Amino acid sequence: MSEKVIIDSLGIGRALSRIAHEIIERNKGTEGLVLIGIRTCGIHLAKRIAEKIREIEKCEVPVGVLDITLYRDDILTKKGHPAVRKTEIPFNLSGKVVVLVDDVLYTGRTIRAAMDEVMDFGRPDMIQLAVLIDRGHRELPIRADYVGKSVPTSKSAMIKVLLSEEGLEDRVILKEEQ
Amino acid sequence: MELKSKDLLDIKSLDREEINLFLDSAESFKEVTGRDIKKVPTLRGKTVVNLFFEPSTRTRTSFEIAAKRLSADVINFSISGSSMSKGESLLDTARNIEAMSSDFIIIRHSASGAPHMLAQCLKSSVINAGDGSHEHPTQALLDLVTIKERKGGIEGLKVAIIGDIAHSRVARSNIYGLTKLGAEVRVAGPPALIPAEIESTGVSVFYNLKEALSDVDVIMVLRLQLERQGKNYFPTTREYARLYCLTAERIRDAKEDVMIMHPGPINRGIEISPEVADGLSSVILEQVTNGIAVRMGVLYLLGGRGEA
Amino acid sequence: MKKILIKSGRIIDPVNNLDKVSDLLIEGGKVARIDSNISIASDTEVIDATGQFVVPGLIDMHTHLREPGYEYKETISTGTMAAAAGGFTTVCCMPNTRPVNDSQAITEFILHKAATEGFVNVLPIGAITKGSKGEEIAEMAELREAGCIALSDDGRPVMNGAVMRRALEYAKMLHLPVISHCEDTHLSEEGVMNEGLISTEMGLRGIPNVSEDVMVARDIALSELTGGQLHIAHVSTRGAVELIRRAKERGISVTAETCPHYLVLTDEAVTGYNTNTKMNPPLRALSDVEAVREGLQDGTIDIIATDHAPHAQEEKEKEFDNAPFGITGLETALSIALQLVDEGVLTLRDVIMKMSARPAMILGIDKGSLHITSVADITIISPHTAWVVDPVHLKSKGKNTPFSGWKLKGKVSATIVGGKVVHP
Ligand SMILES: [Zn+2]
Repeated sequence: MSEKVIIDSLGIGRALSRIAHEIIERNKGTEGLVLIGIRTCGIHLAKRIAEKIREIEKCEVPVGVLDITLYRDDILTKKGHPAVRKTEIPFNLSGKVVVLVDDVLYTGRTIRAAMDEVMDFGRPDMIQLAVLIDRGHRELPIRADYVGKSVPTSKSAMIKVLLSEEGLEDRVILKEEQ
Repeated sequence: MELKSKDLLDIKSLDREEINLFLDSAESFKEVTGRDIKKVPTLRGKTVVNLFFEPSTRTRTSFEIAAKRLSADVINFSISGSSMSKGESLLDTARNIEAMSSDFIIIRHSASGAPHMLAQCLKSSVINAGDGSHEHPTQALLDLVTIKERKGGIEGLKVAIIGDIAHSRVARSNIYGLTKLGAEVRVAGPPALIPAEIESTGVSVFYNLKEALSDVDVIMVLRLQLERQGKNYFPTTREYARLYCLTAERIRDAKEDVMIMHPGPINRGIEISPEVADGLSSVILEQVTNGIAVRMGVLYLLGGRGEA
Repeated sequence: MKKILIKSGRIIDPVNNLDKVSDLLIEGGKVARIDSNISIASDTEVIDATGQFVVPGLIDMHTHLREPGYEYKETISTGTMAAAAGGFTTVCCMPNTRPVNDSQAITEFILHKAATEGFVNVLPIGAITKGSKGEEIAEMAELREAGCIALSDDGRPVMNGAVMRRALEYAKMLHLPVISHCEDTHLSEEGVMNEGLISTEMGLRGIPNVSEDVMVARDIALSELTGGQLHIAHVSTRGAVELIRRAKERGISVTAETCPHYLVLTDEAVTGYNTNTKMNPPLRALSDVEAVREGLQDGTIDIIATDHAPHAQEEKEKEFDNAPFGITGLETALSIALQLVDEGVLTLRDVIMKMSARPAMILGIDKGSLHITSVADITIISPHTAWVVDPVHLKSKGKNTPFSGWKLKGKVSATIVGGKVVHP
């Protein structure tokens, strides 16, 4: 196994700032905008992006939390269940622009589950997707609207996003089979 | 963390971690039951069979709602004792049902151990919805969730269980669950309704209600099965009420913020006085919601032991 | 009839104080000679018993052969085949058939069936009361004349003390032992297993020890009053052991039996609701097992009987509450008794005594020893052969054994009844 840091702490900060700017740019401000982070890393990233938007636009964007476990398509075939935790969307989604935030975009299945779950909470005008890393290998017709960094990977590689909220030093690691 | 068994047959064989896993899941599923759209696609394509040999609309409905909110298909079989005795055996019935490709079989039966028998012979996950005088695990889990919500935890609580302990599956499941989570459990009732060697399960026995209630955090009152009359377990329900009816007066011996529970339906004036019963309604409603959340969690967690 | 020469076996015959490696010759269906190096004649079948035990044929005082009436559970043919496989050359069959064996006709039917289809000797036990209803005593003289060797209402205890008193008095006159299934059915109520922590945990109705103890006490008192010969069936409680011990000290005419399962299993075996651990009396607590073992050691309990009670599989494949009481036992009893020898609870001599000589004495029959001219009922045991109990391979129709999967030691290598090899 070789292990290398592909984004460091500064790099993560820069990527999130750029994503925050692009979100404001694309949506012409923050009117009707909500961020929803996908457990667990997506929540931290969503909160950081919301913070950046606040610095730029001087206004609060609501942040929700999505636990997609119950919407996963592999839940009944995999042995052992991930613990179910709460989804927290304490605001109405109808007529809103929802930006889903996740750390890594890979097969697209997580995003499919997330979209299904968001739809069950209301009827947003639009759903957009922001990810820190896009590593390719999509299995569904899904693409991200905002990408921190595209990283071509082999299927056997592992990408780990480590964040200070989890008590670790901010960085993104690529582990590859030799 | 993974469950050891494909089935939920009793609380006795669960360890502390497993019980906590069920309780934590229930909390998460309670959030789902609070959504506008209360249905999640988790068990889509799965079939849940309710196999009830004793009538119990409340428990059956609770399981049915739980399964439906997880998008499972639900089939209800209510089989009365008489048609069973002349017809096929329990095992035949269950095998036939499994042949309809069920994934979960939820069974309520008047014979202790009936769910165990099915679990040994069937591939489906078997969930015990109450067997004879043995256990009623999902009832205990929902009681634990409710107590935990009200009291912030289970460890160190003093809990008194009052009434017909000998014939109560709710009592057994709660005794195991509460003691495993570190509560101090007392049981009280007339001698004939306290089963042999119950102390060895880690509870203390009281015949005097006043002593049993002294300083307790939770009082669980069991329903007195009226058909127990005339078997000399106690002289009359009138005399039973004289000694064991939970009245406002008697509650004063407990802690000020004592929580009172009853698995229902209540015999007012026998095991519990009308005034105390009236004060119970809030907990009872809470129990309904918790019951669905607990059962969603149970289905979800057992379903996760997938065949791959 | 062919002569049989059993070569070089260890002959154990407690009655004649014999325990030596020797040859044994059977001639004309009788034991003809016991000697070292008996020469082999041309017309003689030779069984090499080197390293094996040669003992008087085992006698089971408590067997349910189920015929007539419950042939789907067992027949006289399959039951005696199982007996032969288990080393028993004689079985006493309980009268709780359908109809109950309370008459000459049924007794004769059983004896006729046994003579034509049976593999071992069958000695019928007649009912104490008509239909085993516990109300009127049966025609015991007629039963004796027809061939009954004892009386019992096994499974349906005589609850009325006055009836039991009259039965003991009358049976005494006829020199018939009365075998009592001691249970106060009011106290056992609807119990299905031993009353204790396990029944409490499992939510099953318990049968308290006292339901056995009070009836043992009553029957001992009635035996003292009447002088009738009382035999207590399947002792399972420490209280019963103590009562019998004291009665024997006082010279009361009482004998007792226990069964292999009460010696090696406790009520913990019931955990998991295995209906093959459901029998009556039930498996008890460890302190009871210890007391029963002690009783067996000091002679308080005279014999080991099987209480072989076969049932059809679909009857046992039921909820614990609804499954019938009883387990099969003929084919596992000896191996379990030998296990007790290994554990140092009993001597080999004790086992032969309690499974052959003593039952014969209690019944007053000329069996249970290998004296010259005695009928050649002989069991040859291969003491070190290990085997695993697999219900499928039992000869009995009843596969309801709690010992399924047990690894046992000691197997019957040949069973000889009246000079004829009936097993294998
Ligand atoms: Zn009996």
